[in-house]
Amino acid sequence: MAEVRAEMVANVWKIVVAEGDTVEEGDTLVILESMKMEIPVLAEDSGVVAQLKVAEGDVIQEGHLIAVIE
Amino acid sequence: MFDSVLVANRGEIARRIIRTVQRMGLRAIAVHSEADADLPFVTEADDAVLLGPAAPAQSYLDVDKVIAAARATGAQAVHPGYGFLAENASFARAVTEAGLVWIGPAPEAIERMGDKINARNMMESAGVPVAAGTREPVGALTEAVRAAERIGYPVMVKTAGGGGGIGMGVAHDEESLGKAFEQASRAAARFGGAQDGESPAILLERYIERARHVEIQILGLADGTVVALGERDCSVQRRHQKVVEESPSPGITGDLRERMLAAAVRAGETVGYRGAGTVECLVDADAQDFVFLEMNTRLQVEHPVTESVTGLDLVEHQIRIAAGEVYALESSPGGHAIEFRVYAEDPKRFLPGPGKIDMWEEPSGEGVRVDSGYVAGNVVTPFYDPLMAKLCVHGATREEALARARTAIAAFKVEGPKNNLPFCAELLDDPEFVSGDYDTGLVSRMRKAR
Repeated sequence: MAEVRAEMVANVWKIVVAEGDTVEEGDTLVILESMKMEIPVLAEDSGVVAQLKVAEGDVIQEGHLIAVIE
Repeated sequence: MFDSVLVANRGEIARRIIRTVQRMGLRAIAVHSEADADLPFVTEADDAVLLGPAAPAQSYLDVDKVIAAARATGAQAVHPGYGFLAENASFARAVTEAGLVWIGPAPEAIERMGDKINARNMMESAGVPVAAGTREPVGALTEAVRAAERIGYPVMVKTAGGGGGIGMGVAHDEESLGKAFEQASRAAARFGGAQDGESPAILLERYIERARHVEIQILGLADGTVVALGERDCSVQRRHQKVVEESPSPGITGDLRERMLAAAVRAGETVGYRGAGTVECLVDADAQDFVFLEMNTRLQVEHPVTESVTGLDLVEHQIRIAAGEVYALESSPGGHAIEFRVYAEDPKRFLPGPGKIDMWEEPSGEGVRVDSGYVAGNVVTPFYDPLMAKLCVHGATREEALARARTAIAAFKVEGPKNNLPFCAELLDDPEFVSGDYDTGLVSRMRKAR
């Protein structure tokens, strides 16, 4: 199980995957936006998206749990 | 002369404009979002109007709200700063139609230069050198592939209406062209005003490797004369966005400088330019040759570099020109200036790092100028660009400017948000930067070397 957390304060701009999706290492899970920059959040492991803890438009803090990959 | 100026911007540039407005004895009116209510530009203004929520579309980009704020406060003129509505011709028209003075070029000049393809074709007709590229907007990838084959790889892919490096990418072959085209199209849709379903206007240009990015500051006076105020070298970039700028450029000779200044004046005259503008060029330092890139019809972020070497206050001249004052302008550039953009971003990967500012101590001393948007206790929010401050140093020579920069960077203390001050210090120790013989690939080379 791998937790994917936010590296910075950001706005969740786009959700790319859904719970239950199978992802490969390096796949984009969500795209954050902070300070006029788009920041893709990537899967660090291959697996299934067990939990997706953010929604488009959310403002999240550094360390916020974005997704759990199992 | 009008008696009051509404500053339709935020952060360091709003604060810097307000300072000049007040020094000229005029009333300065700020407009701001909810997120920016505690920032110095709001508290230092003579009057401030809340526009709305943090999102730019509901605050700084809302033309009706800005015009209403001007009416409510009795403002007589509007200064747009840079970014936001600065290069929006409809906003310039709305300001004029509301009976206010627009501190900027005519909306027609904004429009003619705002479309990069049109600007490029117009400059070519005026005898200004341009890079080989598309003469019509490219709407589909298949067209882009054909155009790239004609121009020859590598090509630069950018949005026709965009600015500030957003969406720009270099393609070395058909495969990377696909990626660059998709990225630029997405940027055009999000930031460039292209409507849903409308094909994005993409521009392809021959990409010059080992190029320097050098721009010329021009000022169109009220009597129609256009003067060039020297160049700024902006080759220190990450993600096609500037980090450090200097003047004079260490990479151009006297003859090339003369040709570039003359071309910039011609560019301004072609559109009957009034006020402050910047003609951006790419320079092939080995060949000592240049091509026109684009013209920015506004005050530039890095304008303090020019102010430091010329001794002029460009905002004051923008205001006097907008007020219709006719005068001759004399400038005698002297010494060397370098500006460092202090961004709220990590110094290794340059990813955004907003946060609350726990400590903020600015350097001072001879030849040191700091234009900042924040003080200790403020919060740098994720809603706007990461620029917290600009440190500009001036010295009699480049060596003296570099020495002052090292001292000033070491004395600049910021705690809270991530910041790129360590990167600035690293740059000042980098042999390539110190030698002056660098190009736009410098920062990526610095990062690859690790």
